[in-house]
Amino acid sequence: MMKLSLGPILWFWSKQTVFDFYGKAADWPVDTIYLGEAVCSRRRELKPDDWFALARDLKACGKEVVLSTQTLIESEADLRRLRRICEQDDFLVEANDQSALQVAARNGIPFVTGPSMNIYNVATLKVLARQGLKGWNLPVELGKETLGQLIDGIRDEGLDLPAEVFAWGFLPLAWSSRCFTARHYNLPKDNCEFRCLQHPDGLELRSRESRELFRLNGISTLSGARYDLMREMPEMERMGVNTVRLSPEHQGMEAVVRRFDQVRRGEVPQTDPLQLVEAPPCNGYWYGRPGMDLVG
Amino acid sequence: MELVCPAGSLPALKTAVDNGADAVYLGFRDSTNARQFAGLNFNDKRAAEGIQYAHNHGSRVFCAINTYPQPDGWEQWKAAVDRAAALGVDAIILADMGLLDYAANRYPDMARHLSVQGSATSYEALSFYKDNFGIRRAVLPRVLSLDQVRGVARQSPVELEVFAFGSLCIMAEGRCYLSSYLTDESPNTRGACSPAKAVRWQETPRGLESRLNDVLIDRYGPGEPAGYPTLCKGRFEVGGSVYHAIEEPVSLNTMDLLPELQSLGISAVKIEGRQRSPAYIADVARTWRQALDSLGRAPEEYAVKDAWRSTLSGLSEGGLTTLGAYHRKWK
Repeated sequence: MMKLSLGPILWFWSKQTVFDFYGKAADWPVDTIYLGEAVCSRRRELKPDDWFALARDLKACGKEVVLSTQTLIESEADLRRLRRICEQDDFLVEANDQSALQVAARNGIPFVTGPSMNIYNVATLKVLARQGLKGWNLPVELGKETLGQLIDGIRDEGLDLPAEVFAWGFLPLAWSSRCFTARHYNLPKDNCEFRCLQHPDGLELRSRESRELFRLNGISTLSGARYDLMREMPEMERMGVNTVRLSPEHQGMEAVVRRFDQVRRGEVPQTDPLQLVEAPPCNGYWYGRPGMDLVG
Repeated sequence: MELVCPAGSLPALKTAVDNGADAVYLGFRDSTNARQFAGLNFNDKRAAEGIQYAHNHGSRVFCAINTYPQPDGWEQWKAAVDRAAALGVDAIILADMGLLDYAANRYPDMARHLSVQGSATSYEALSFYKDNFGIRRAVLPRVLSLDQVRGVARQSPVELEVFAFGSLCIMAEGRCYLSSYLTDESPNTRGACSPAKAVRWQETPRGLESRLNDVLIDRYGPGEPAGYPTLCKGRFEVGGSVYHAIEEPVSLNTMDLLPELQSLGISAVKIEGRQRSPAYIADVARTWRQALDSLGRAPEEYAVKDAWRSTLSGLSEGGLTTLGAYHRKWK
């Protein structure tokens, strides 16, 4: 049976919201939980020690815990936080930037890669396997055809590199040194008043024809439609996908997890459509089409 | 500091060389490089001619193979590295770790530069590429502020090249999928951002509209200058207001920063724009050559001349330039 994972929280939530979320997640049927701040260096509601404590608690609840690292590394302070995560060996590390590859490999810490790592071919996976790679995420812009070729290639090379696919949530599409939330409020990034806290599922960006295009989330830009590969679960299982990633949202997440759990067990869910933050669905990337498209 | 200029065609290459480029960079006529435009770039014969011209005039040639091959493209991308080696280019500009590994093993003596598409924004990331693939130089993403460039430069294990002039990417390059989200092509997969095939212009009663795969990117009032619908530079609605929610349509111009870049030990400044005409390349290369020569003669007296400034702003998107992220206040 495929594993279910909760990706790192990509939004900025208060400390209490984060603790409440994982307090509940401890009882959900997810196998793996990614913890940590992967987006913005200014988001420090939880200190490194808070994350480590949370990691130990969730591990004690039987979850496999992976510590996520920041995707855009720009400063010495960013590197210090990264090193701190790569100095422990109780948990796997999710490398989201080449800086993390370097630090983890130097410390001999096993790691997996998140969906922002540029893995487009088997030769790249071979390089990373030599460094200590234990698993990898498919970049979000790639689909089933490429994934199938990569999984075949991994097998042909005799590598043991389980694949994970981002399968539900708003897709992380871009990172910048500029903060688009601060820009919206005419605030400088360095004095952003932490406005992201007011937008627990981002700021909607629409075309002037009211089409939901993107979600602004601090320095990152996410898809305006919600990626949903629930119907593709059986296909993923046949292809040999190891883990299906669900990206946290602050409302209705338990229902999403339980629905995916039912589907992976082959039980067709009978519940009504999920009551969540409203957004159109999309699955185009999986089918080699524009990401925003909905096939089927 | 070296002046590195774009060459999207043989005439552009010759123009860049004639106007003082220390090096030019080019790509093959396919999606192995990040400027895949119809009618642009080089076949092997043209590339050989260009390399000979550059070498005869004391300039070097870099070949960009800086998109990310997927399994069914692997042989083509590998062959592009072989072709660059056979042509005798002075360096290849790569981003993909698999290709870097191939090039390092197969052609250890051919210099490898890390493309901006390799997303290296810290000295640890640069060390990763240096330790694993022996890169000689890296092009830094345009997201770093001058302070951050300083931090990277201080401990960089390799030569650094920074963008000096041209289109401004405000997202960390090599990790931006906005284009493939709206169209089916991105810089990483196809060497294209907001590809021309998906662009549509339409005169409507509401104004001139630009669309990308049917998505409205911008709408212009009478007399308003209209620009190419690069999707991050459109006007969108957020929280009830319509504005350039991601980025204004402006160009990067770092001429004011040259003395600082030099003092940081930056090895080369790079001009963006392989899609540009030879006439554009001539003006830009000549102006930057003059600025660099002036800096070289008397660094303490360096000042940007009005003539340079007006030449460059005349060539910029919307006539506007910015220091980009180099200027922290901009954020």
